[in-house]
Amino acid sequence: MRYLPLNPSDRAEMQNVIGIDSIDDLFADVPKEALNPVFDLPNHQSEMAVERALGEMAQKNVSGGQGPFFVGAGAYRHHVPAVVDHIIQRSEFLTSYTPYQPEIAQGTLQYLFEFQTQVAALTGMDVANASMYDGSTACAEAALMARRVTRKNRVVISGGLHPHYASVTRCNSELIGDEVVLTPANIKGDEDLIAMIDDQTSCVIVQNPDVFGHIRDLTPIAEAAHEKGALLIAVFTEAVCLGALQSPGAMGADIVVGEGQSIGNSLNFGGPYVGLFATRQKFIRHMPGRLCGQTKDAEGKRGFVLTLSTREQHIRRDKATSNICTNSGLCALAFTIHMSLLGEKGLRTMAALSHEAACDAADALSALPGVELLNDNFFNEFTLRLPNNAEQVVEDLAGKGVLGGVPGGRLWPEQDDLHNLLLVAATEMTRTEHIRKFVTALREVL
Amino acid sequence: MSMNPQGRPTAPIETDPVKNGPTHTGNKALQIEEKLIFEIGDFHGTGVDFAQPKGLSPRLGGLARKDAIGLPGLSEPQAMRHYVRLSQKNYAIDMGPFPLGSCTMKHNPRLNEKMARLAGFADIHPLQPVSTVQGALELIDILAMWLKEITGMPAVAMSPKAGAHGELCGMMAIKAALKARGEADARRRVLAPESSHGTNPATAAQCGFTVDDIPADKTGRVDIKAFKAMLGPDVAAIMVTNPNTGGLFERDIKEMADLVHEAGGYFYCDGANLNAIMGKVKPGDLGIDAMHINLHKTFSTPHGGGGPGAGPTVLSEALAAYAPVPYVVARGKEFELVEKRSQGAETSFGRMTAFHGQMGMFVRALSFMMSHGIDGLKQAAEDAVLNANYVLARLQAEMSPAFPGFCMHEALFDDAFLKGTGVETIDFAKAMIDEGYHPMTMYFPLIVHGAMLIEPTESESKEELDQFCDALLALAREAKAGKADKFKAAPVLAPRRRLDETAAARKPVLRWMPPAQ
Ligand SMILES: Cc1ncc(COP(=O)(O)O)c(C=O)c1O
Repeated sequence: MRYLPLNPSDRAEMQNVIGIDSIDDLFADVPKEALNPVFDLPNHQSEMAVERALGEMAQKNVSGGQGPFFVGAGAYRHHVPAVVDHIIQRSEFLTSYTPYQPEIAQGTLQYLFEFQTQVAALTGMDVANASMYDGSTACAEAALMARRVTRKNRVVISGGLHPHYASVTRCNSELIGDEVVLTPANIKGDEDLIAMIDDQTSCVIVQNPDVFGHIRDLTPIAEAAHEKGALLIAVFTEAVCLGALQSPGAMGADIVVGEGQSIGNSLNFGGPYVGLFATRQKFIRHMPGRLCGQTKDAEGKRGFVLTLSTREQHIRRDKATSNICTNSGLCALAFTIHMSLLGEKGLRTMAALSHEAACDAADALSALPGVELLNDNFFNEFTLRLPNNAEQVVEDLAGKGVLGGVPGGRLWPEQDDLHNLLLVAATEMTRTEHIRKFVTALREVL
Repeated sequence: MSMNPQGRPTAPIETDPVKNGPTHTGNKALQIEEKLIFEIGDFHGTGVDFAQPKGLSPRLGGLARKDAIGLPGLSEPQAMRHYVRLSQKNYAIDMGPFPLGSCTMKHNPRLNEKMARLAGFADIHPLQPVSTVQGALELIDILAMWLKEITGMPAVAMSPKAGAHGELCGMMAIKAALKARGEADARRRVLAPESSHGTNPATAAQCGFTVDDIPADKTGRVDIKAFKAMLGPDVAAIMVTNPNTGGLFERDIKEMADLVHEAGGYFYCDGANLNAIMGKVKPGDLGIDAMHINLHKTFSTPHGGGGPGAGPTVLSEALAAYAPVPYVVARGKEFELVEKRSQGAETSFGRMTAFHGQMGMFVRALSFMMSHGIDGLKQAAEDAVLNANYVLARLQAEMSPAFPGFCMHEALFDDAFLKGTGVETIDFAKAMIDEGYHPMTMYFPLIVHGAMLIEPTESESKEELDQFCDALLALAREAKAGKADKFKAAPVLAPRRRLDETAAARKPVLRWMPPAQ
C-alpha cells in the first residue's frame, strides 16, 4: 500500500518492543464479537485505477467551461488567477493545522490577519473573523450573535434572503428557542420590513442585492432597527458586489455576513466555500469563530496569534459563542491571495465588467417576446419571468448546451407562483457570443 | 586554510555565529522577514489585467459605492514572493511528524488534490440541472455507501461542513426525534464525559440542551456507575467519543448504549477518532445512533491551516427520517437530489447549509478510500495504533503515561515526569519546536494534569518515530537534569520567539489600520 511506510519487519520489531504477539492484542478492549467484522467493500487500487474511475465520474458532468454559463444564486463563476491555486497547494499551507503553536505558524496567522483586514475593509466594518464554513452558516451564526447581544429572541428574515440561507438560519435559531419570522418571497424588493421590527426583535436579516437581484437601501432599515434596539444583519451571496455597491457598513449594518466563494474559489458543486463575518468593534467579544490578533514576541518582534479564545468551544465549552472549530482556512487563503492581486482597483474593474455583462444579458433576454425583466436595478444577477415553467426551460436549455440560470422551482419548490421565474447571473467570464447563444436557445425552447 | 587558485577560501572558517548578533535585515538566511500586503502593495495598483469596461451607465439604483475600499493590489511577482515567504514560516505534515492528538495529521495524498481539481468536479455549480451533474451525485452516493459500510450504519447525512457541524446535525436529528415523540420539552439534558472535546458541550448548548459532565474512572474511561446514576427521564442523549480523547477504547460502550436507550435517550458518538478503528470495528455494532466522521482527519483531506473540513454524519434507523435536505437517492442508474419535503423528506429537520456539502472534500476522501481499499484502511488503522503504542512504549522510560496499559491511536501523558523540574507542559512543547517538531496537543483532555496527547498516525515510518522518541527522551532527561531555563526560553530557533497572548487579548488588534496622517 503506497501510503503506508511500515513494512512487515518494522511491524514485527515494533510489536516486540511493545511486548505483544499480535496486533489484535492492542484491540483487546473492543467487544470480541465486534472485532474484525466482514465488510462489503473492495480492496486497494493503483493510482492509475482510481484516477480512471473518478475521471469517468467527472466526465459525466457538464462543467462551467463547456459552454454558455449563467448560473448564480449563491455561487458564481469568476476567473481565478493561476497564482492562487499554486500557492494554496504549497505544503506549508495545505498540510498545516490550525495555528495553535504560533511560533511555527506565522505564515497562516499573518494571512489570516490580512484576510480579516480585507474583509473588514470590503464590508465597511471594524473587524472580521478568520472565516465561517460558508455564507449560509455565517448568516445563522449572525442571528445567534444578535440574540446574545440584544438578549431578545425574535428574528425577522427578509423575503429577499436566499431561501436556503433562510432555512439554515431558521433551523438554528428555532432550536435555541427564537421566534423566526419568515417573510414571503418578495419578488419586487418592495416589502415593508420596518413595520415588522418590534421591541422583541433581536435582528432583521436583509440580503443586498437580494436573491432576485434588487439592490436595496439598507440605511432606513438600519435606522428603524436601531430605534427598537435590534441589529441589522446585512447578507451578500456575491462578494464581488462589494466592489461596486455602497458597503453594508456605510449603510448602518451591525453584522455583515456573506459568501466569499466568488473571490479565489471555484464552484466545487457547493463546497468548500468561505463564510465571511464582520461586525463592529463593540461586539467583538460576542463574535463566533477564530480571531487572529497582532502582538509581539519575547524579542519585541511583531507577530500574530489566535486571540480572544475565551469565546471559543475549546475554552468555554457549553458557554462558547459557537461550536465552530475547523473553519475554511485554505479557502480564506485563496480569497486573500486573489484579493491581494486584485486590490481595490482590480475588484472595481471585475465588478464593473460583471455588471456590464449582466446589463447586456438582461437587455438581450428581456427583448424576447413573453420574457419580462423584474428588476429596475441589479448588480450581476437579475430575475426574468418566463411564459412557462422555468425548470423545464432550464432543462431544455441544458439540452442545447446552455446552463441558463436557476429556476424559481429549484429555490421555492413549495411556491407555484414563483415557478416561472428564472434567476440569471453574469460575471467578467461571460462572453458576448455566449449571451447571443443563450438568447437564441431561449427563443427556441420557449 | 585551503585556497583555490583564485585565492577564494574553499573551506569554512570557524567563528562563533552568536557573537555576530542579529543580521542587518533581520532575515536569517532562508527565513525572510515579511511585511503585510498593506505595507508593500500599491493602493492604486492591481496584479490582474482585465479588458476595459465599456462605461455603460450603471443600473445600481443610485447605490454605487461612494467610499474608497482601501486595499492594495500586488503585481504577480510581489504576491508570489509574499506568500511563499509566509509559507516558509509554517510547519506542515509534509515537513515532519505533526503529532497533534485528536487531529489525525496524516499524509495528504496528492492524487486527491488532482482529482478534486478535475473540471467535472471543481467547475460545476450546485444549482445546475440535476441531469448535468449525474457524475457528481454518483460520487456522493458511492462515498455515502463507503461511509455507511465502514460504520455499519443505515444512513448518512452528507451536508455537514466539519466535525462540529456534524455534531450539530446529529443533535438536531435527536431533537427532531424527541419532538416527534412529544418529549422535546421533558428531555433537556445531555451527558458528556469530562474528557469530551469542547465542541460536544458547545453543540449541545447550541441545541438548547444543558450539559452535565460524566466523570472518568481511574483507567481514563467513562465511570459507568456514575453514568448509570445520572441517567433519567430528562436525558435526551449522551455524547461520547470512542476511542475517547485519551486514546482509549470505551470498554463498556455497548452497556452504555443499552442503558441510554433503556432510559429513552439517544447515543451520539463523536467519531473524530475513527482512524483507530476503521476496518476493525463497525461503530454501528456498538449501538450508537449518530456519529460524525471528520473526512479531514480519518480520510486525509488536508487541514489547510484550519479548514475546510467535512463532517458527514451517520444515523441509525431511529434518526434517519429526520436527516437534513438535500441528499442523494439512487433510482436505478439515475441519481436524484432530494431538496424538498415533497420528495419524501416530509420529516426532515431542515437544512444545515446552502448547498450539498463539501464536494471538494468528498472527492478527496473517496480517492483516499478507493486507493486504500478496505484492506488498506484496516492496515492503516492497525499501523496508527501500532505507531502510537510504540511511542508509548518507548517514551515510558522518561515520561509519565496518564493511564496504565495500551492505547489506541494516540498516547496520552501527564506532566508528572516534570514535577519539581520547573518545566511545564507548554515549555516542553516549545522545546520540541527547536528540535524541529510540531508539538503534541497540550492541556487536552482536561482530565489529566498538563496533558500531552501524541497521535503519530499511520503515516510515520519507524525511523521517523525513533528519531522523534529519541528527541523527546533527551528533552525529558534534560528537564530532569535542571535545565529549566532552556525550556522557559524555548523556542529560540523558530521564526518567532514566544508570543505575548495576554497582550493580544487585552488590547485586541484584529486588523491593519492605515497610519494616522
Ligand atoms: C474529539 C473531537 N471532536 C470534535 C472535533 C471537531 O471537529 P471539527 O474541527 O471538524 O469541527 C474535533 C476536532 O478538532 C475533535 O478532536
